[in-house]
Amino acid sequence: MLRWIRQQLGFDPPHQSDTRTVYIANRFPQHGHYIPQRFADNRIISSKYTIWNFIPKNLFEQFRRIANFYFLIIFLVQLMIDTPTSPVTSGLPLFFVITVTAIKQGYEDWLRHKADNEVNGAPVFVVRSGSLVQTRSKNIRVGDIVRVAKDETFPADLVLLSSDRAEGTCHITTASLDGETNLKTHYAVPETAVSQSVSRLESLQAVVECQQPEPDLYRFVGRITVTQYGEEIVRPLGPENLLLRGARLKNTKEIFGVAVYTGMESKMALNYKCKSQKRSAVEKSMNTFLIIYLVILLFEAVLSTILKYAWQAENKWDEPFYNKKTETERNSSKILRFISDFLAFLVLYNFIIPISLYVTVEMQKFLGSFFIGLDLDLYHEESDQRAQVNTSDLNEELGQVEYVFTDKTGTLTENEMQFRECSINGMKYQEINSKLVPEGMTEDVPDASSFSRLSREEELFLKAVSLCHTVQISYDQTDGVSDPFSHANGFTSQMEYYASSPDEKALVEATKRMGVAFTGINGETMEITTFGKSEKYKLLHVLEFDANRRRMSVILQTPSGEKVLFTKGAESSVLPYTKSGEIEKTRVHVDEFALKGLRTLVVAYRLFSADEYKEVERRIYEARTALQQREERLSEAFNFIEKDLQLLGATGVEDKLQEKVQETIEALRLAGIKVWVLTGDKHETAVSVSLSCGHFHRTMNILELVQQKSDHECAEQLRRLARRIKEDHVIQHGLVVDGASLSLALREHEKLFMEVCKNCSAVLCCRMAPLQKAKVVRLLKTSPEKPITLAVGDGANDVSMIQEAHVGIGIMGKEGRQAVRNSDYAIARFKFLSKLLLVHGHFYYIRIATLVQYFFYKNVCFITPQFLYQFFCLFSQQTLYDSVYLTLYNICFTSLPILVYSLFEQLVHPHILQSKPALYRDISKNSLLSFKTFLYWTFLGFCHAFVFFFGCYILMGEDTSLMGNGQMFGNWTFGTLVFTVMVITVTLKLALETHFWTWMNHFVTWGSIAFYFIFSLFYGGIIWPFLHTQDMYFVFVQLLSSGSAWFAIIIIVITCLFPDIIKKVFYRHVQPTSTQKSQNIEGYEGVACMDSVCCFPGGRGVCGFLERLKRANRSWSDSDPFSSNDRSVLTLSPVEVSHC
Amino acid sequence: METKGSMANRPDNTAFTQQRLPAWQPILSAGIVIPGFTFIGLAFIGIGVALFVTSQNIKVLERDYTGNSDDSSCGPCIDPAKIGCKCEVNFNFSQLFEGPVFFYYALNNYYQNYRSYGVSLDPNQLVGDTKYFLSPDSSCSPYKNNSNAVPIVPCGSIANSMFNDSFTLYQIVNGQKILVPFDRKGIAWWTDYNIKYSNPAFVNGSFAKAFAGTTQPINWPKPVYELDPNDQANNGFLNQDFLVWMRRAALPNFRKLYGRITGGDFANGLPAGNYTLEINYNYPVKSFGGTKSVVFTNVSWMGGKNQFLGIAYLVIGSLCVVMAVVMLIVYAKYKFPDDDTA
Repeated sequence: MLRWIRQQLGFDPPHQSDTRTVYIANRFPQHGHYIPQRFADNRIISSKYTIWNFIPKNLFEQFRRIANFYFLIIFLVQLMIDTPTSPVTSGLPLFFVITVTAIKQGYEDWLRHKADNEVNGAPVFVVRSGSLVQTRSKNIRVGDIVRVAKDETFPADLVLLSSDRAEGTCHITTASLDGETNLKTHYAVPETAVSQSVSRLESLQAVVECQQPEPDLYRFVGRITVTQYGEEIVRPLGPENLLLRGARLKNTKEIFGVAVYTGMESKMALNYKCKSQKRSAVEKSMNTFLIIYLVILLFEAVLSTILKYAWQAENKWDEPFYNKKTETERNSSKILRFISDFLAFLVLYNFIIPISLYVTVEMQKFLGSFFIGLDLDLYHEESDQRAQVNTSDLNEELGQVEYVFTDKTGTLTENEMQFRECSINGMKYQEINSKLVPEGMTEDVPDASSFSRLSREEELFLKAVSLCHTVQISYDQTDGVSDPFSHANGFTSQMEYYASSPDEKALVEATKRMGVAFTGINGETMEITTFGKSEKYKLLHVLEFDANRRRMSVILQTPSGEKVLFTKGAESSVLPYTKSGEIEKTRVHVDEFALKGLRTLVVAYRLFSADEYKEVERRIYEARTALQQREERLSEAFNFIEKDLQLLGATGVEDKLQEKVQETIEALRLAGIKVWVLTGDKHETAVSVSLSCGHFHRTMNILELVQQKSDHECAEQLRRLARRIKEDHVIQHGLVVDGASLSLALREHEKLFMEVCKNCSAVLCCRMAPLQKAKVVRLLKTSPEKPITLAVGDGANDVSMIQEAHVGIGIMGKEGRQAVRNSDYAIARFKFLSKLLLVHGHFYYIRIATLVQYFFYKNVCFITPQFLYQFFCLFSQQTLYDSVYLTLYNICFTSLPILVYSLFEQLVHPHILQSKPALYRDISKNSLLSFKTFLYWTFLGFCHAFVFFFGCYILMGEDTSLMGNGQMFGNWTFGTLVFTVMVITVTLKLALETHFWTWMNHFVTWGSIAFYFIFSLFYGGIIWPFLHTQDMYFVFVQLLSSGSAWFAIIIIVITCLFPDIIKKVFYRHVQPTSTQKSQNIEGYEGVACMDSVCCFPGGRGVCGFLERLKRANRSWSDSDPFSSNDRSVLTLSPVEVSHC
Repeated sequence: METKGSMANRPDNTAFTQQRLPAWQPILSAGIVIPGFTFIGLAFIGIGVALFVTSQNIKVLERDYTGNSDDSSCGPCIDPAKIGCKCEVNFNFSQLFEGPVFFYYALNNYYQNYRSYGVSLDPNQLVGDTKYFLSPDSSCSPYKNNSNAVPIVPCGSIANSMFNDSFTLYQIVNGQKILVPFDRKGIAWWTDYNIKYSNPAFVNGSFAKAFAGTTQPINWPKPVYELDPNDQANNGFLNQDFLVWMRRAALPNFRKLYGRITGGDFANGLPAGNYTLEINYNYPVKSFGGTKSVVFTNVSWMGGKNQFLGIAYLVIGSLCVVMAVVMLIVYAKYKFPDDDTA
């Protein structure tokens, strides 16, 4: 008892053994030897905080950020020593930043809580005390018997006890776990399978013993002990008995299962990994810049401290008669004074580090990412899916992509297999209007005669195709599930095929259309309907598909009692084993199909004699029951069986290309992005798809690195390829690599391989394993240039690649949500990629890059005058600006315009960006955040600061009164003048950078300046009761009452901006970037509103010119430059390269 | 909004969500900038000329009276040991110095913007809050209490170092000195005088009693309540000289207004002739290498003589025009770089 209490209170670690014992329905044994175990409840927790720990935990998280920590230190220094500024000046902005971030994170966590609550509160049915009780998902305990109905997901990991089927099986799909969409059959142990009702379950006495939770989805070891009639029956349990949380029940009316792993201990939750934090290139440059500024700050502080002591070496400056020191000051230790002076300068200049940079960037990313989801152009109507942003941290990275790695099936293609052609007995056929028509014949063959004209070979071929598969059927109407054959007549509307391979599904659907329909599988019987006539085949064995054999077979007993084997598989793995049939013709046909981009399969059969079958039976049985080396023996047995085949024919299935794939790839290429296609398909198919989707051009020289067997050979081939590229650098090259050669190339010759790849404008990797895909991405990512990579994929096999790449994009396809969930962005179609990168990526990059640069600029402007002022006040740390101005500069006066800019700026019209992909090159390689640009902005900041300061200095330094009444200004007026000039200049500088003035930009830009004036008037207009000094009282009003001050403000602001304008104009005209050129185009299009000019007779010439220009532009933008493999478009790209 | 089942996820087609807000998209091209610069340049040149001429019309007479050179009559006074030293500065005008004439004293190399100097005051004392008279703010030290631990009012370095030279101006007409009166009213900011500073209330009908238990700043010869015994409105913290001094200068060389010459015969200015300025030389500047001078000037609407603004406007204005011309040349040379839309 004591121990139990201690456990409950968490003193003792919960009982840890290798296994857990689950008493079904929590009917614990009566005898005393039972030790209660503690299991997690069925709550899923993805949220980070609770109400109680939010504040401490969030604060801790936030102060782990270097910038926040820095400001905390500054704040503490201000509290501790006598510093020139009050702690409020850094405390308030810090508080503001922390609060905003906390609100954002709190909101996100609240969303997670909501999602969790939805999951945890979902209604479930549990058997409790003899009846079915509805409760919430979170209340399921280990040991509860749960009822799940058709199409529901399992609320916990359950061991299947019984289903509504007599044999205790059920079908599930695990699409949301591993992306596999096929139906899987799970079993109950026979002893429990009979307990199909609540009352029978009530009398069930059973105990499940199983291993402790572990994340492997495919491993489960346990046993169930059922007590029946006083006798204990022990049965082993394996993964086929376990129903995983997140999987969905299909095709079965209801099941009962006992919960064994709940909540965070379920396999799904254990597989839920925290996504690795991806950091964008912008963030990395930002951190570099911060460090540079930190160095500048330290330098300024050290310099000031040293100069202070140099200056004060002379007593008359150190302690003039009017400014005597106190005794304590005089007596304090020199070192201590030096340190405290240094800290004071640090505090004085600390605003050079832009405190609100991070929070603004975060807000920009958070708010800005909504535009992706809201974009109509990224909305796919057919599937009603909009783009989805999972990580807003990477928005700007979309504008920096240099390599795109794309999966083929489901990404470039629809993953919607369509049967196209087949070859039967050396004759090519096509499917036309659901009829099998020999090639060359037109479809106006009289319909009525069509079945009778099916030859024996044709019929056998169709039967083979419709029988040799592992397709499952799901019926939409649940009533008659237990007896699928009852639907034999009306199958067409209710039947739906589920297959692990979309090819199989396409084939079965095709044969159904052509009259040989697979109508059901029940236990060991397969039924097909041949032109309305039902035939039942007994399924004897399934020789499953595996990647080494690359074929699968079924052994059936025909209605007439013959034993027959049907095999289908890749032509390279079936044709060698055929001994009769039109082998050569078929081989030719298969190659033709492959060239058309069809996925090919070869179909063959073998009739067994009774003796042969006995042998087959024996071998399979032996292999299947072998305890050691089972797999080897199985494949040996299979190889023995799948030989001496008679060739029936081959099928060609087309995977339809998605819309506009070609245009998208072409656009990406024009944007300077290299596109690599990584696919598991065979070489020929991959190449032909590559050609048809425009990844390879007909004009391209295609290099091959395939079927390399040895290291040496591979290196040789690579060198040969490199030479060929060097010799012929005018033409574009495309490279084809297969998985095996790739692994060879990567093992030893990485450099050489990279060299070849970089010179190829298109690379196609075929026969790739999922991990290999990720490896290729990593190879490119870590190459010396460190290019930004993007991976697109739709299936579970692309997840590793999506996670590896800098930006991972999931396609919301048919292969489950796995890729989407692990991606940073998810889109419905491949074609959306071009807008996502070329428009959104471009915008986000420009926005954030300018935001970052501007932040540094405005803080240099802010603090440099303060530094310069020290030269005129004996380095006494006198602040130039009032504390309130110091505090509010970053959070009020200059914060909104840049935020609005960074949300709405559009340098170029989106249509132009999309129609001129080359503009993407203008921002490649992080060009707006290059060191040069950074220096330019910093330099500009310093220049402006010098102009503000010395402008005001000269104005006031002439010692004359600036007022008509001859009165003099003081130091606060001087600081306020500098500050006023600065706020206006800094705001207008951003205005100069803004190209897209929406009403919001106008509002915040002019509003900020107006706010500054109004605030200053208000702040200086009142004697503030809680302020110690009234330094600023009426300072601002006095300043504004001086005409000279107004003139000075105007001239200083103009002087600051004047060189910048000149620079911009000169660059625009002398050395325009292509972005700027396209802005001009827009400008001329904007001229449309000036049509009225044409009314003037004198304006005709001008108008004619404008008209021509407009027309030229319009025709240029209307004509689709990618409509064909137009040479002019192709030749354009090298020109572009040389240009940029 | 027709969000039918299948289109439930369709984003709203509004200008905002589709980033199609109507926007003004200015482009800084030569076409706009050239006329703009020409216009601004010409306007600036115009303003510059006006400012420059205005500034040129302002007369300034500045005389150093530190006494560093022996030929000055103030030479002997520079020795801080001499107390109550008097000297004079003579000058003459060949023509009328138009009025109203403003008279400033100027200090050079004097750091009123030293931080510890700047904070060395108790604002609560200066609004006449007698609670703080006996316990001045600690920021005032070392001028918080005198050596006898009597609290100082007004405490702190600024008040303590108040400028205490005084000036009297005479016109010499036929060897006779005619007093030129200084108008010492309104030399401090109106708000300082009327709102920011105030005197303590009289205690028992006596202003001095309000300061009971306190002492004057160490360097002061007389307590604050005797700064101007003749005029209570100019006495105590509201003394205009005090107020002028308390408004710290921004830079180490500064002028402070001493008075205006507006009275009687001199309302139109100082007529041509000889003048002598008698100085009570009290304020020591030698120790920190400072200089003192006096300045006579008249002002325009834009204040005192200030060449900077006029010159700046002229320079920037001309630069604008020059750049407009340069850009025109560039523009002509690179005519329409937008034509090749490659």
